[in-house]
Amino acid sequence: MTWVNAVVQGILLGGLYALFATGLSLMFGVMRIVNLAHGDLSVLAAFLAFALIDALPLNAFATLVLVVPAMAALGWLLQRFVLQRSLGAGQLAPLLVTFGLSVVLQNVLLEVFSPDSRALDIGGLGTAGLRLSGSVSVGWFGVLCLGIAIAVLVGLQLFLARTAFGRAMRATSDDQETVQLMGIDHRRVYATATAIAFATLAVAGVLFGMRTTFDPSIGPARLIFAFEAVIIGGLGSLWGTLAGGVVLGVAQTVGAQISPAYSILAGHLVFLAVLVLRPQGILRPAAAR
Amino acid sequence: MTALLTVEDLDVRYGDAQALFGVDVTVEAGETLAVIGANGAGKSTLLKTIAGLLRPGRGRIRFDGRDITGLPAHRRAPLGIALVPEGRRLFPSLTVEENLLIGAGLAKARPDRIYELFPHLVALRRRGAGLLSGGEQQAVAIGRALMSDPRLLLLDEVSLGLAPIVVKQLYAVLPAITAAGTTVLLVEQDVNQALAAADRVQCLLEGRVALEAAAGDVSRAAVTRAYFGV
Amino acid sequence: MTAVVVTRAGTAGRVGLSAAGLLALLLAAAPYLVTSDITHTLVDLFVFVVIATMWNLLAGYGGLVSVGQQAYLGAGAYAVIALSVHGGINAFLAVPLAALAAGLLAVPLSFLAFRLHGGYFAIGTWVLAEVVKLVTAQIGPLGKGSGASLTTVSGYDPDIRVAYTYWLALAVAAGSVTAVYLLIRTRTGLQLTAIRDDGIAAEAAGVRVRRAKRLVYLIAGTGTGAAGAIVCLNTLTVQPESVFSVQWSAYMIFMVVVGGIGTIEGPIVGALLFFGLQQALSAQGPVYLIILGAVGVAVVLLAPRGLWGSTVGRTSISVFPVGHTLR
Repeated sequence: MTWVNAVVQGILLGGLYALFATGLSLMFGVMRIVNLAHGDLSVLAAFLAFALIDALPLNAFATLVLVVPAMAALGWLLQRFVLQRSLGAGQLAPLLVTFGLSVVLQNVLLEVFSPDSRALDIGGLGTAGLRLSGSVSVGWFGVLCLGIAIAVLVGLQLFLARTAFGRAMRATSDDQETVQLMGIDHRRVYATATAIAFATLAVAGVLFGMRTTFDPSIGPARLIFAFEAVIIGGLGSLWGTLAGGVVLGVAQTVGAQISPAYSILAGHLVFLAVLVLRPQGILRPAAAR
Repeated sequence: MTALLTVEDLDVRYGDAQALFGVDVTVEAGETLAVIGANGAGKSTLLKTIAGLLRPGRGRIRFDGRDITGLPAHRRAPLGIALVPEGRRLFPSLTVEENLLIGAGLAKARPDRIYELFPHLVALRRRGAGLLSGGEQQAVAIGRALMSDPRLLLLDEVSLGLAPIVVKQLYAVLPAITAAGTTVLLVEQDVNQALAAADRVQCLLEGRVALEAAAGDVSRAAVTRAYFGV
Repeated sequence: MTAVVVTRAGTAGRVGLSAAGLLALLLAAAPYLVTSDITHTLVDLFVFVVIATMWNLLAGYGGLVSVGQQAYLGAGAYAVIALSVHGGINAFLAVPLAALAAGLLAVPLSFLAFRLHGGYFAIGTWVLAEVVKLVTAQIGPLGKGSGASLTTVSGYDPDIRVAYTYWLALAVAAGSVTAVYLLIRTRTGLQLTAIRDDGIAAEAAGVRVRRAKRLVYLIAGTGTGAAGAIVCLNTLTVQPESVFSVQWSAYMIFMVVVGGIGTIEGPIVGALLFFGLQQALSAQGPVYLIILGAVGVAVVLLAPRGLWGSTVGRTSISVFPVGHTLR
């Protein structure tokens, strides 16, 4: 039954991974930018929440009200004034810029917050849960994370499918030149897409900070989880990202059940296996390659 | 008559290669002008520059009396300039109806008029744009451009890669478009089609204007000379 | 019609190549001229030249932006421990074998990494490096997570040991630059340039893109592995968190981008600059890395051809003539 419990915990963790991967997937889908600072930005969001709790009498969840808009604004500005400039210069430039940003961000956090591990305190919610049987229990916080992840993914899906701006975003992803002929400023679409991506990674970053401890150097490891969820699920599919996050989460918790040292490695190995056996992702039919 | 569009002394280059040399074009409000010329004569370059996708090295573009030379493409569309680009360039991940709707940009618009012009699109409205035949795609591309109710419609090689019968059907809607007051500047390789559709014709040869005449009284020989440069 | 003469090198190029040769000879004499503290430090510079040159070959000529070359650096370093401490091979002789081992590791990993393209290739290589690190940290004889020491060189007099390491490092640096220079002059080099400029067109023109890219990936893995072996000899210890650190990738990218990507000279200029910055600023800790990252971003956005590319590279002067000039 401990194995069943490991799978259940993995599914709950997978929700968080999926939420976290959404931003990476969105930025790649719309702008073909692979944001190598994705992980560090989520750590930045967690530190912002930490600083807010420190300064104001705020509940950890309430910080989202401030952190999410702040990160969205940062994303908008970053795309408009930094990443946009790198887009015309070949595929190397955006990668190098976001990698440089990652180095800067990590070290700024190190300088400001010291290398100490931090956590966002959510009181009893962190441990409260429902015991289903002797060894299987479901933590309320994990359920909440999975619920938020699904809500964000459904919301994003509806936004892309039903609204005029969502339609413009899909069209820009297809052909950023032609969309300009329709009177749509592709740079504005890009900046908005980045703002949305940053908002989702901010939510994920703060939730991560409630779940486990974080420190300034943990960003790259987070980026890798997000990336693995995206690839396992299949590029460009939001539901694939959810499936990918869940598979990665389950692989890690089941790996940890064998030996704590195998947790991360098991996730990597599942990712490599998908890369070899189903490079189009687990949800895509093989013909779509 | 007043000029809706004036292009003066236009030079356009792609890197080291110059595509247009001092080209002048004037389109009067309400008329249909055809620009003809061989492959590589600079026709598409001219339309892309008017739409704002390319920046001229020299020259001016005036639309309805206003200098729009420095205006980016997305700000020209709201003024009433719409381009049906070469190769259609539909958005493959959008349905037919979504492709039409996005023709009005972020504004709300109903595609009813387009379905009147191209009734066969009604049955295809939920189909993905990537799954259409060439003629259907071209109809959607023209419909998409019309969604913004443009004052100037730029048509780039409507006939490209399509069967003659399909081309004929597409050109058959042109009178309805111009009757609604839309001015048309079309580019064609197919001289007969261009002469039949236009009031006036201008021929480009290697980036320069080689002939300008009313479509009704131009001789075949003159067109051939201007087209091939012999 | 005037006759067209095609040449490789102008006068400047011939002078430059001779000067580079002379400089190498002068550097080789250093252990007789300066203290072992200085030669010990210079080994770092040679390591930088090697890893920058190799990363430039990958990204600048092969169009393969990897953020996971630390996999090979770490593999080279650990291979020296395995071959020398456990295999009984002389530590200095183990260096070429360690490089070869890193190159062999690149063969299976290339099949995994090449499933991905562009930015996802970058993170994919990073994951592979993490996997290599995690697996290495599971191996008992190699010290697991806490690493191992190169105990087999303790019999050498320290000055002699540093001098041998120095010569080896100089040879690897000179060899890497020469190898890349010669490779770029061959038919494969021409193909690589074509792939970098337009992969699809190159494929249409009959270039076997994957084969050429794989070759570059294997060479870069081997060269970076040699650098890792030198790092092991110079520091006498290996530790998974340091030899497999993604920081190495940050250094490579900084040197190549700031020096001038896609040129032979650029990475060397970048390595010199980086070495200087490190000597001057590394005591500053995070601030130093913040400066590095910010300068890197600024160069990509404002002077994408780098120091060499936007100054000397604009003239026809070239120390390593890889192009052809019409006259």
